[in-house]
Amino acid sequence: MAALEETAVPEVRDGVDRETIETVQAMAGKYKYGWETEIEMDFAPKGLNEDIVRLISRKNDEPEWMTEWRLQAYRRWVQMEEPRWAMLDYPEIDYQDLYYYAKPKSMDVKPKSLDEVDPKLLETYKKLGIPLKEQAILAGVEGAEVPDAPRQVAVDAVFDSVSVGTTFQKELAKAGVIFCSISEAVREHPELVKKYLGSVVPQSDNYFATLNSAVFSDGSFVYIPPGTRCPMELSTYFRINAENTGQFERTLIIADKGAYVSYLEGCTAPKRDTNQLHAAVVEIVVLEDAEVKYSTVQNWYPGDEEGRGGIYNFVTKRADCRGARSKVMWTQVETGSAITWKYPSCILRGDDSQGEFYSIAIANNAQQADTGTKMIHLGKNTRSRIVSKGISAGRAQNTYRGLVSMHPKATNSRNYTQCDSLLIGDKCGAHTVPYIEVKNNSSRVEHEATTSKVDDDQLFYCRSRGMDEEEAVALVVNGFCKEVLQALPMEFAMEAQALVAISLEGSVG
Amino acid sequence: MAEALPQDDALAARIAGLSFPSEGWQAPARFDALARLTAMGLPKRRDEYWRYTDPASFTSAEPVPASTLDDGDEGMVFEAIDRLKLVFVDGVFDAAASDPLALENVEIGLLSEAQSDIHWARDLYGVLEARGQVPVKRPFAALNTAFATEGVLIRVTGYVPRPIALIYIHSSDTSDAVLHHCIRVESGADVTILENGPAAARFTKVMEVDVAEGGRFHHIRAQGRDHDRRASTHIFARVAGKGLFKSFTLTANGVMTRNEAVIELVGDEAVAHVAGAAVGDGKFHHDDTVFVTHEGEACESRQVFKKVLKNGATGVFQGKILVKPGAQKTDGYQISQSLLLDEDSVFLAKPELEIYADDVKCSHGSTSGAIDETGLFYLRSRGVPLKAAQSLLVLAFLAEAIQEIENEEIAEDIRQRLENWLARHEH
Repeated sequence: MAALEETAVPEVRDGVDRETIETVQAMAGKYKYGWETEIEMDFAPKGLNEDIVRLISRKNDEPEWMTEWRLQAYRRWVQMEEPRWAMLDYPEIDYQDLYYYAKPKSMDVKPKSLDEVDPKLLETYKKLGIPLKEQAILAGVEGAEVPDAPRQVAVDAVFDSVSVGTTFQKELAKAGVIFCSISEAVREHPELVKKYLGSVVPQSDNYFATLNSAVFSDGSFVYIPPGTRCPMELSTYFRINAENTGQFERTLIIADKGAYVSYLEGCTAPKRDTNQLHAAVVEIVVLEDAEVKYSTVQNWYPGDEEGRGGIYNFVTKRADCRGARSKVMWTQVETGSAITWKYPSCILRGDDSQGEFYSIAIANNAQQADTGTKMIHLGKNTRSRIVSKGISAGRAQNTYRGLVSMHPKATNSRNYTQCDSLLIGDKCGAHTVPYIEVKNNSSRVEHEATTSKVDDDQLFYCRSRGMDEEEAVALVVNGFCKEVLQALPMEFAMEAQALVAISLEGSVG
Repeated sequence: MAEALPQDDALAARIAGLSFPSEGWQAPARFDALARLTAMGLPKRRDEYWRYTDPASFTSAEPVPASTLDDGDEGMVFEAIDRLKLVFVDGVFDAAASDPLALENVEIGLLSEAQSDIHWARDLYGVLEARGQVPVKRPFAALNTAFATEGVLIRVTGYVPRPIALIYIHSSDTSDAVLHHCIRVESGADVTILENGPAAARFTKVMEVDVAEGGRFHHIRAQGRDHDRRASTHIFARVAGKGLFKSFTLTANGVMTRNEAVIELVGDEAVAHVAGAAVGDGKFHHDDTVFVTHEGEACESRQVFKKVLKNGATGVFQGKILVKPGAQKTDGYQISQSLLLDEDSVFLAKPELEIYADDVKCSHGSTSGAIDETGLFYLRSRGVPLKAAQSLLVLAFLAEAIQEIENEEIAEDIRQRLENWLARHEH
């Protein structure tokens, strides 16, 4: 096992909260999850063709219809062109020089329970702060922030191309909730998968989504039955480990009428000098009166200070608020990846449906992020709110790109957008590219954006109170991000805290 | 020029009817522009900066016929302003209708007559247009530089006491006018340029404005009158240190208008304000595409665009503030707002910021919505009749743009135009 990188121990003191420390660490370019698990892997041959697509399908034990679905997508993909409209500058990706499938050998025979999972894998997740044990609360969160009632979080852990295990499945089943890997869902719940897969993000939606449709290897599947409030938070943790391997996970979440679920997603990868491709698709279907909260801390390896290595993150996330009064909330903290191309969107189809998007995107060193959202108002009285905070430092480029569209029939709808950018240093860039399309007059659309630097007066004030510069910047940045941080669920904040603990461990040894 | 002819059939057809003067000092600039145009081709709907406006009526070989406005409409704007008049009829200079080209502190010449080999405009003609082609392609501006045969060349050397007015008369239903103006405001000089009139069934215009250090340039334009006319206009401006560039446009009629403004603040403490008020009823598509580049330090830019739309009218705003590395202390502001008076109108906006310097203050806002019910209620409760109250609120909405006009007499004229328009197009 490679040693953890030496990192300074963050000391939490009064006035500087945990998020601040996290923010500073992320901005300081110290990556805590850059180690690698040495484990024997099974790879599919490098490159992509119909045989590889069939092989992935076979490895997942998929029925014929699923294989066909993938092949259809593959055939579309070869005719498509990679989009280049984003403000991202990266060399050509050689899609034939990648592994599209990598699975730990020990997962050859699918473990029947978590006890049978390869200890090396369990250790990996433990180290990431995601213990795959069905314990009452997550490790490392005892203290002031623990709520009165013990919290439970069910986790689906995805390691390269396969799901390692899903916790609390039985307990969730009691409530009627299905939470499993998508490969399992294809086998066990084909009627649901057939009905909803590709219904929000169609096979040929865009270049990366189409690629994903052809080669997705695993991911999570969630179904919340009507009128059910999911008894615990659901979480998926993605880990890329193998070299030169693309990760293509697919997540499908269905909240049936009146259902509620809060879903968390985390991701990390080892440090390498080469770039790795990650092209995920997340589809969320929200029916009448249902509500889904989807929170992400994206912490893929961002590359080193010179811009060597890092993950290319091309993600399509979309929620379809199909039913009346349905609601979806995206919260994302984007700190990792060399390249981020990601626009979690809401289709507000049902009358009175609601979409929210809260985002913090931090780009440092040579990172480039082009991220934002789309709010497509189709139903009457639909509401959306966008709060985006972009922070650029080093030589990074950070772009907010968003669409707010009010269709003619989306009468009496409302959008409020606020996107603020903060620049730290004079070599970085912050950009805003909003598209606003209003086709009826009873709707109101408001968009505001500002760009500024860390305010000298605020810094001076903090420093005159005895903070050092880094702390002071962090505090100001934290204040800048507060609106979004407050939208993160409590459980996620705790998980994030557990992740920070890893850096403490590594620095001791 | 046979070898320079483009391969693209649509482009060949578009320029077939235009003449290409291949002699004289402008010739190199024209050949360059033709090469640019050939390389980029005509715009298509799928081009990023044409996603909201269909370029078809600008790319077609022949203009769509447009009738001139019937009588019964108000007289021409700026009639009461003491100004030097230069009249173009369907894009051709009309000496008889114009004033003599003489005014204090200014040299005025015509593009068609400026054939001497040494001419001050040589350093300007097509130069700013070429600079403005990156990063966004503007094919109609290149077309204009290559083929324009008429236009004015104005060199301002001091304070010009009267505004210089460019008046565009539209008389033929099928006219296709191409005008290219060059204006150089020398150090410390000050001039006001007025423009009004529909010009032609289809009008392609470029104005290149070079403001030297401490120079002041004011531009007020009223695009109105003919309902059917189509116009694609470009302003390319370069503003040196402590220079001032101010441009205001009122658009009240026209089936299709695309106004592009490309402004570079190259010196320190330069100022550029671009504003527009557009009021559209029915067949009306109005597009403001603005690109402001901050290169000097401590420059200020403002973009203020307001649109009032009804009966299916469409308003488009594509604005950008680009702050280059090193352009510290930039103050950039941009606002685009629409007031939709009924269910059928459309507002499409793309207000962009692109910033590469950290010590800057940039903001933009964009809103769209119906008339404010609370404001209406307040006015009515004070005894103001409904229609008067609505007009008052519409004028208040447009006020921020009109405030950009420094000359109060001209501003009042513009306000009057708007009031007349509102009276004619009562809801």
